[in-house]
Amino acid sequence: MKQKVTIGNLSFSVINSSIFILFAIICIFPLYYIFVLTLSNNQWAASGALVLYPKGFHIENYVQVLKLNGIGMALGVSALKTVVGTAFTLAGSSFLAYLFTKPNMFMKKFLYRFVIVTMYFNAGLIPWYINMKNLHLMNTFAVYIIPYIVAPFYVILIKTFIESIPKALEESAQIDGAGVFRIFWSILVPLSKPILATVAVFECVNQWNNLRDNLFLITDSRLNTLQFVLYKFMSEADALARKIMVDGGASLSASSFKLTPTAVSMTIAMVVILPIVCIYPFMQRYFTKGIMLGAVKG
Amino acid sequence: MSSQARKRVVTVSQREGKKLFYLSMPFILLVFVFSYLPLYGWIYAFFDYKPGYKLFDTEFKGFFFFKMLLSDPMTVDEVKRVMSNTLGMSVLSLFVQILPLIFAVFLVEIKFEPLKKAVQTITTLPNFLSWPLVYAFAFSMFSESDGFINKFLMHLHIIEEPISLLVSSDHVWLTQTAYLAWKTIGWTAIIYIAAVTSIDNELYEAARIDGAGRFRIMRYITIPHLMPTFFVLMLLSVANFLNNGLEQYLIFQNALNKDSIEVLDLYVYNIGIRNGMSGYNYSFATAVGILKSVVSVALLFSVNYASKRVRGEGII
Repeated sequence: MKQKVTIGNLSFSVINSSIFILFAIICIFPLYYIFVLTLSNNQWAASGALVLYPKGFHIENYVQVLKLNGIGMALGVSALKTVVGTAFTLAGSSFLAYLFTKPNMFMKKFLYRFVIVTMYFNAGLIPWYINMKNLHLMNTFAVYIIPYIVAPFYVILIKTFIESIPKALEESAQIDGAGVFRIFWSILVPLSKPILATVAVFECVNQWNNLRDNLFLITDSRLNTLQFVLYKFMSEADALARKIMVDGGASLSASSFKLTPTAVSMTIAMVVILPIVCIYPFMQRYFTKGIMLGAVKG
Repeated sequence: MSSQARKRVVTVSQREGKKLFYLSMPFILLVFVFSYLPLYGWIYAFFDYKPGYKLFDTEFKGFFFFKMLLSDPMTVDEVKRVMSNTLGMSVLSLFVQILPLIFAVFLVEIKFEPLKKAVQTITTLPNFLSWPLVYAFAFSMFSESDGFINKFLMHLHIIEEPISLLVSSDHVWLTQTAYLAWKTIGWTAIIYIAAVTSIDNELYEAARIDGAGRFRIMRYITIPHLMPTFFVLMLLSVANFLNNGLEQYLIFQNALNKDSIEVLDLYVYNIGIRNGMSGYNYSFATAVGILKSVVSVALLFSVNYASKRVRGEGII
């Protein structure tokens, strides 16, 4: 009897684990495949050979892609907007969240709703576009930063967290003569590190991944982000690839390092994804906490 | 405390309350400017706006574009097509909502910690990829000329000619839902995993003593405890029924799959911004956007009402 149960359990475990391993492979395999592809001989890759590990290893793709017109610049813009944007969002949303934890704030309830409701409605694409135009934010770096300073979802998360910190700490600082800013900066910010870290990761990824602003509001190529460059290349890659095939591949055989459209877009994809893959595993433990706090509110 | 002193405390508190109010004003102003001010743009739907003109120099049309949306035969056909795409993919994604729950219920059954951690880390990763990246992934897997799947199947001589998986209009709803599922399952599952770990262990022990097997425990303990979370997430996605995102469909859109991939958001973009701001498009696109926003808000409130009735707690 007991033996039978163990066999059942064992087969359950094996099947269960296998399915999860399979799903994990489906999640990670494209990343691995692109990585191998960018390190392999482009000519082979383009000729239809199956590449499962780097064949004809070289890093020329990366060297060439970073030299491509605009990519270095786009990398810089993406990095800058991620750092600056995250800093502003973190400062703005957490300070506002702190104000909302004060019971004696004038019109607190109304203002809180005024902010939170914007999570659920928007005027629509065209009015949003007109608004940005009227504010003269088109083609400015500020358009990447200013609209995101107050993020309602983060305000909820941080407010919930600050409310769980004992009020006595704040009160004793107040008695010692600390003002609003002082209490916020020296007492609440250090104590709120877990939630601030969560929000920082969320916002970093948002900023790094955001395509919308660049797509609609920026025509100045000096302000292009890496995501936009990737989007541009991807939307043209298939057409370009066919064109090269029609050329008879004459241009391809010249050098094994010759950039193909696919190689370029795949290499850009790797450049875009690399920072995420590097930072992500270290930050992962914060997500559960952050999400749980969000789930409490629903 | 004397009444005088109490009064002083009240006024001090009031003064501080005012101060906090003023401190919040810059942020409230930002919210106003970026979330409420755009509503002014709705006025464009009531004029026959032509780019280059001042709004009030163009002809006032009243509800013309709204009427057109509902009565002009050609437009109605378009709107029907777009609506069926929007609703079709939204309904499919509602069915997908059940997957993270199943994912979480079975993941906690893995007893080998490192494997569990690894699976969780890897399956959450796609959530952090932008849609251009997801497209790059899809391209590397399914493209006709370079895709892994085609190369692999041809390598094994299962197929002779590459199949075109990205540019075909067949199964667009299914494939797009699959991309969405791939991207979000692991991430959404975190919420359920968090909920599972908060279930009282004594319940499990009691059930085991009573002789319940693995599946019975899942059915009678784990899943019922996850239902409130499931319910909230389901309601939120119903409230977002018409907002199934622009970027995904914009990026996967091409000449061949356009008819079945064009959802409301993408339609507004295609007629309003992409096709240039010529003719009636700008105003018409705004009108479509307004109807969408109104229906969305109505959905949100009805869902919130339903939630209050069922759970005694709203989601707003």
